[in-house]
Amino acid sequence: MAKLKLALYWAASCGGCDVAVLDINEKILDVAELADIVLWPIAMDFKYHHIEAMDDGGIDVCLFNGAVRNSEQEKIAKLLRAKSKVMVAFGSCACFGGIPALGNFTNRNEIFQRAYVEAPTNVNTNGTFPQTLTQVEEGELELPEFYDTVLTLADVVDVEYFVPGCPPPVDLILKVVDALATNSLPPPGAVIASEKTLCDECERKKEEKKITKIYRPHEIIPDPEKCLLEQGIICMGPATRGGCGQRCILANMPCRGCFGPPVGVYDQGAKMLSAIASIYATDGEEDIARMVEEVVDPAGTFYRFGMSASMLKRKRM
Amino acid sequence: MNKDGFEPKIVGFCCNWCSYRGADMAGTARMKSAPNVRIVRVMCSGRVDPIFVLKAFKEGADGVLILGCHPGDCHYAEGNYKAARRVPLLKKMLEQLGIEDERVRLDWVSASEGNRFTKIVNEITAKVKELGPLSRDEREPNG
Repeated sequence: MAKLKLALYWAASCGGCDVAVLDINEKILDVAELADIVLWPIAMDFKYHHIEAMDDGGIDVCLFNGAVRNSEQEKIAKLLRAKSKVMVAFGSCACFGGIPALGNFTNRNEIFQRAYVEAPTNVNTNGTFPQTLTQVEEGELELPEFYDTVLTLADVVDVEYFVPGCPPPVDLILKVVDALATNSLPPPGAVIASEKTLCDECERKKEEKKITKIYRPHEIIPDPEKCLLEQGIICMGPATRGGCGQRCILANMPCRGCFGPPVGVYDQGAKMLSAIASIYATDGEEDIARMVEEVVDPAGTFYRFGMSASMLKRKRM
Repeated sequence: MNKDGFEPKIVGFCCNWCSYRGADMAGTARMKSAPNVRIVRVMCSGRVDPIFVLKAFKEGADGVLILGCHPGDCHYAEGNYKAARRVPLLKKMLEQLGIEDERVRLDWVSASEGNRFTKIVNEITAKVKELGPLSRDEREPNG
């Protein structure tokens, strides 16, 4: 069998997904055996024009990590889509917007104000902001256009598979590699993770879900055996897809929702909001007001990784 | 859109047992109220998943009205208490998403309160008119 052609790309991301690929350790040699890497900006020196010169469908698989928040990322996503037989949204940012999508609570103008004017390390007396085109003596300089709204990969191109996680865990990456090697990929549209919720997979002791106070993670040392929600910590388990290997739960930290909504759920945040409101014991309006106060940042907590894929997608401004 | 002459679209979720009958009552008694609220009958105000409210806003609503039985009167004993816990938290989250508090209203209307139904409908319609249309552009909200 001819070697597969593999592309890895990063858009609006931290680089953690690329590192996660290396976390498969010696299995990376199997990948090298199985595939020729044709693009991997973090690790190898290929240029965009190398990709442009390829035939459409010339790449077998593209693992695309990161959200799409500027015109360069959108352009490369479209280029890689045209050249790739299989496009994989790799990691929470490509799947749901991820942490960069918290930028959807603001917009380009406010982000530029903060980054280029208000940030204490700035001296910007001339009010200089990035421009898409700048004339200099040597000619015209071009920068990508920064978008108001952070988008998922699937917002700009068709995507065959979704591998969630911040970053995707090693066993899921290996599952993808194995499926490629044995030509046994699932039907397009599949999310390569569990069909259950994280709660369903969690082995902590669960009793009656009634809480009277919500703690933020730094305010309490949780019992490592008991359900975190029952201890009053907002754990996204009921509204999050499983399959992550419970990395946070086993470290005695609540789930933050990086695997996105479970099967059949259209909006992760709304589901989590329902869950919290259902388990908070209230007897009258004061209790309800206290609950609302104790959930300090509902949108940021419930949509920490999922803003771009949420029902409302962004703040209305 | 011009604020003058703006007719808001408001989605009203009415529970089957009290509020929908209250709306019916207002209708059969020929009470006049603003035509802006489009009623969706649900079995209970506790059935109103926050996703319904988000979806209404996504699909073009400028306001959402949720009406249930008075506290203590819920046909299912405590569905309306569930709504009473959810909606305030939802409102806090919606404010972070740029949707003002007054665009969502949870209230109680019994089957005999046609008057109260029309009063609430008129109030939320006036309020949302004042607030103006909700921005809809998901990608480039500033044009």
